[in-house]
Amino acid sequence: MIPLFLALVLLISVLLYFNKNTVINYILLGIFLAALIGFGVYEYLNLNVIQYTYFKPDALGILLLGVLCVVAVPVIIHGGRYIEVHNVDETAKSRGLFFAAMVLLISACSMAYLSNHIAVTWIFVEITTLSASALIYHHRNIRALEGVWKYVFICAISITFIYIGILFLSLSLKQAGISDMSFQSLYDNSNKLNPFWLKLSFLFIFTGFTAKLGLVPMYTAGIDAKDKAPAPAGALLSSVLMNVGFIGIFRMYALIAHTPLRHWADSIMIIAALLSIFVATVYMTRIKNIKRMFAYSGIEHMGLVMLGLSAGGVGVYAAILHVILHTLVKPTLFLQYNQVYWVYQSKSIYDVGNYFKYNKTGAILMLLAFISATAMPPSGLFVSEFLIFQSLFQAHSIVILLVVLLLLTMIIWGFGSNIFKLLFTPPTNMDESAVPRISPWESFSQYVLLALAVYIAYNPPMELVNLLKEAVKLVP
Amino acid sequence: MTDILLIALAMSLLYISIANRLSTYLSILVFQGFLLFGTTFLTLTEISTLNLLLIMLETVVFKALLVPWFLNHLIKRNHITRIAEPYLPNFVSLIIVTLIIVATIIMSGSIDDKNIDKTFFVVALSTLFTGLYLIVTRKKIITHVIGYLIIENGVFILSLAVGNEMPMLVNLGIMLDIFASVLILGVFFNKIGDVLKDPDVNRLSNLKD
Repeated sequence: MIPLFLALVLLISVLLYFNKNTVINYILLGIFLAALIGFGVYEYLNLNVIQYTYFKPDALGILLLGVLCVVAVPVIIHGGRYIEVHNVDETAKSRGLFFAAMVLLISACSMAYLSNHIAVTWIFVEITTLSASALIYHHRNIRALEGVWKYVFICAISITFIYIGILFLSLSLKQAGISDMSFQSLYDNSNKLNPFWLKLSFLFIFTGFTAKLGLVPMYTAGIDAKDKAPAPAGALLSSVLMNVGFIGIFRMYALIAHTPLRHWADSIMIIAALLSIFVATVYMTRIKNIKRMFAYSGIEHMGLVMLGLSAGGVGVYAAILHVILHTLVKPTLFLQYNQVYWVYQSKSIYDVGNYFKYNKTGAILMLLAFISATAMPPSGLFVSEFLIFQSLFQAHSIVILLVVLLLLTMIIWGFGSNIFKLLFTPPTNMDESAVPRISPWESFSQYVLLALAVYIAYNPPMELVNLLKEAVKLVP
Repeated sequence: MTDILLIALAMSLLYISIANRLSTYLSILVFQGFLLFGTTFLTLTEISTLNLLLIMLETVVFKALLVPWFLNHLIKRNHITRIAEPYLPNFVSLIIVTLIIVATIIMSGSIDDKNIDKTFFVVALSTLFTGLYLIVTRKKIITHVIGYLIIENGVFILSLAVGNEMPMLVNLGIMLDIFASVLILGVFFNKIGDVLKDPDVNRLSNLKD
């Protein structure tokens, strides 16, 4: 099934790139979405079956793949809308490249989730960099060029770091006389690995994946990328692509957790997480670019996820749940951002305001999305964040908990003051005649995503809980 | 013999830290490419001939000839000035790169693993950190690219250390080399040169908060 899916994806992206007809374009995208969802169902039915040596859909992979299937549908629909609205400077070629890159990015992410071998994950991470850079450079202007240049350069360094980490991992295997580098074999032989090489390996792989996940030290590339990429692409970069980073770090952490080095790795992750939340706080309280603010909000959430993971216990469960809910909530903000831009034609917080007057449905959604993203009840993220705090409390990390709570309060203040400015304060010089009428249906999929996040958090289906529990077992 | 080649490579790092002209940087890249060619030939004695040929071809054709030639072409085409423009004086750079090498030697003292040749480890890590150092202390985008290529050379040495047992990893490294170089140089060549008539890193620093 996997080679079939990959072949279909390649065929679809090549056809998308060369095709000039709009209708055929949409039909191809429809086929891709159907294939993706079918693939997701197939992998769920084949849970924990090793396929073609290098792929194994374990519980965590299936969870992330499932949520990717859910997010992919609205993102592609809004991608189509984005291209239609920006029709002036779109050509059939730029549109084809946009969708082909999107299809490749989504498929590479899904393959990275399912991979059972660190080198295979790494290859698909490279492909995500390639396809994401095509998306970021969609507008072909100097700022997009700067964004894509920084993204490509930092991601190239990050994949080099991951590669070095893999080399160190192989050195630690060399001593134990193992040649199979699949995750299962690593977990089984974890006690034989040389701790020195394992430490170095974890450091490099962790640093490398932070570029995708969005943590200190390599978060910078992602921020510029999400800002410069078209909003539907930004929705992908800030959700499913971050999950690629998460799954890479999680699998490496699961390996370390089998060894006595776990506490050392915990402290590394806590430092990175605290610094990330701190950086997010600093920028979010003074930021004036709405899209960048959304991007920094992602940094904050990933910091929280790392804290949950390092606290252990219920924290691991909470971390995975947080990642899933974040994947549903964050694209809402980016997709909704498109409508804000149609109204004001500006990203700056100084030019926007009184959004309720121009787009009522969108404004209510923006308010709800703000509540969701800052994890205030009844947001779904509230449940997972609360569990993360509980796990920190149980791990006796009271000081860390207090610092994080303080920083989160400041983030809510910064986020809130910008969003309320957008929603209620009248804008300074606004040409009301140019404001387009926006259909409420444009916001429909975002409402569904937010509602789904709430539903999953408060009333999780049995299958989801089982998958989550099984995924938690990967970390002993 | 391998040791001599690797030590020569470490010495080229000291030289690049005080190099003033971009053409010197390129000559060092060529030199390093040939050193890697020799090291590969001497180290990977246990892998299949075809694979060895592929790896050696990559070091000579890609690392030593194609990429430096292409960078030279870029410099000429875009009229980039020949000076490297470091932020720090060369003397300080020399001291820092020396310190990097000393630090990795000290660090290698703490390894108790009989299976690995420590020279590989020392030279690989010092090449890696020197590359990172070049990236952060040089102003031009093209020197950043050269710094990245030096990092890749360091990584290649490291992959040779496990090359006999796991040739797959060396091949992956080659894939990384080609993929990243093509991507980076592709962006650099096709776009930056076209959009900006003067490809200077100062022009690409508008995205901030």
